[in-house]
Amino acid sequence: MTAPARPTLAPVSTRVNEAQTPSSPHVTFAADTPLKLDCGQVLAPFTVAYQTYGTLNADKSNAILVCHALTGDQHVANVHPVTGKPGWWETMVGPGKPIDIDKYFVICPNIIGGCMGSTGPASVNPATGKPYGLDFPVITIGDMVAAQVRLIDHLGIDTLFSVVGGSMGGMQVLEWVARQSQRVYSAVPIATAARHSAQNIAFHEVGRQAVMADPDWCQGDYLNLDKVPRRGLSVARMAAHITYLSEDALQDKFGRNLQDRDRRTFSFDADFQVESYLRYQGSTFVDRFDANSYLYITRAMDYFDLAAEHGDVLANAFRGTKTRFCVVSFTSDWLYPTRESKAIVRALNAVAANVSFVEIESDKGHDAFLLNEPELFATVGGFLGAAAERRGLKVRGS
Amino acid sequence: MLAPNGGTQRQHRADHLLIAEMVEPGARVLDVGCGDGALLQLLAETKAVDGRGIEISRDRVNACVAQGLSVIQGDADRDLFDYPDGAFDYAVLSLTIQATRQPKTVLENLLRIGRRAIVSFPNFGHWEIRWQLLLGGRMPMTRNLPEPWYISPDAHLCTITDFVDLVKLVNAEVEEAVAFNSTGRRLPIKHSIRLQNLFGEKAVFLLRGR
Repeated sequence: MTAPARPTLAPVSTRVNEAQTPSSPHVTFAADTPLKLDCGQVLAPFTVAYQTYGTLNADKSNAILVCHALTGDQHVANVHPVTGKPGWWETMVGPGKPIDIDKYFVICPNIIGGCMGSTGPASVNPATGKPYGLDFPVITIGDMVAAQVRLIDHLGIDTLFSVVGGSMGGMQVLEWVARQSQRVYSAVPIATAARHSAQNIAFHEVGRQAVMADPDWCQGDYLNLDKVPRRGLSVARMAAHITYLSEDALQDKFGRNLQDRDRRTFSFDADFQVESYLRYQGSTFVDRFDANSYLYITRAMDYFDLAAEHGDVLANAFRGTKTRFCVVSFTSDWLYPTRESKAIVRALNAVAANVSFVEIESDKGHDAFLLNEPELFATVGGFLGAAAERRGLKVRGS
Repeated sequence: MLAPNGGTQRQHRADHLLIAEMVEPGARVLDVGCGDGALLQLLAETKAVDGRGIEISRDRVNACVAQGLSVIQGDADRDLFDYPDGAFDYAVLSLTIQATRQPKTVLENLLRIGRRAIVSFPNFGHWEIRWQLLLGGRMPMTRNLPEPWYISPDAHLCTITDFVDLVKLVNAEVEEAVAFNSTGRRLPIKHSIRLQNLFGEKAVFLLRGR
């Protein structure tokens, strides 16, 4: 089989360096201030790497926390130190963008369990001096938020003007409100759900099994053995990538078109464009992501069930909240379909919370939240603008 | 007609202005079937209300949220059950009740969710409508009901008298009833439902549950 041409990328060592000594600003919380995890263990010391954009105003009231998705990181609006590509949400975050860094101070932390500088399985375990690997404790969405709370405390910010995120980022948004509602003035959960469905868990299990079936995974110890479970993680990414797109988007983009050839080769080569595309997606992902992080983060998402943490009544998670919500879903998203967003909206209505809900027409599937969707921008920009007005937000030049 | 605050010179719907007169300043208001958000905007500007909306059309919801209004996509027939009792000072249904599938259930929900309910609707008892039906023998078409019966979303049209009967049936109380014509002029009839029903093109009711 001829592999599709891979772009020239930074070597694996760059990625491992970013995990262990990030180029981003970062704060390490010492061993005497451990992070108590939902699994019962503690993480200490632990580091949170983050990026910020814009300027925090005098009364520290204009901070927006952006929460990233499964394979995202803190590089929301700057060139990525490993891939050299633009930030993953530059359409949304920037000067004059819906999350306007001329008005707001934007903070995007790498989640714990991630691999871009916050403590995760690729970080060095202080007890052994080697990467944690599978010694890293299983974390939850709640643990990720608990670490973010510590970062926000460290930055001296009392109330976040908004917490915004899509997909797993949206789960963190919901968890933030459930845990720290009084510190969240507004919340924008996009293309997300208050719990993982059986189908969501099933797809993640396929991905994890692909990673673990790769002999180079070495029971999670690959970093110590100088190996990379490239094939397994690549297959996991390929399967997941299908779930991020709609059937129509795939069909429109590729159809049955052949890749760089006029006829079928009667082999298992990547004859079809869609095969070549997926192989490319898988291959570039491996260059920037840690396989164990993928296992841990997908597990955290599978464990997420906000209602279960609140007596099986989702509304209880939001009781008494004063936070203003803007819930967004996309018509062709079958990974976190509109009915999941509606369940969140119903729970918010049940506690008479202030909620807006918009379903955006798009044929781009779950990925729509990362793409050029003018209605998404108008919604988020309009919602934040009105919330800023209501809060009497003081920003530079006003 | 100019905005009462003299600010934006935008035309307001006659029933919206009458509704705005009924709402106490600073109240919590749920506008069911809020359309493009014109009433919520008016109430925010003139009465500084804490307003929310429900609207069935996705495009209109998106336009409302982009303007900064708190609106969700939803259906008066299905989604009012999700709100707790007494969550709002006013639950408003402007020119929408006739288009719901279950007007009685919707009205009961409004009276449950809001401490007061405000309902406006086109009056099918207006003399012009009676006249058209009597002489032509066909479903009337007027300024207020411009569409033929097979297109109109108005599945449950009623007269002012019918509405008063429904209010009694759901055990609510009329605090104020205003009949008005298409230019928004209030009819100078206050105490005769019979005359309001004959001369009012539309009506706004302020109701209170018991």
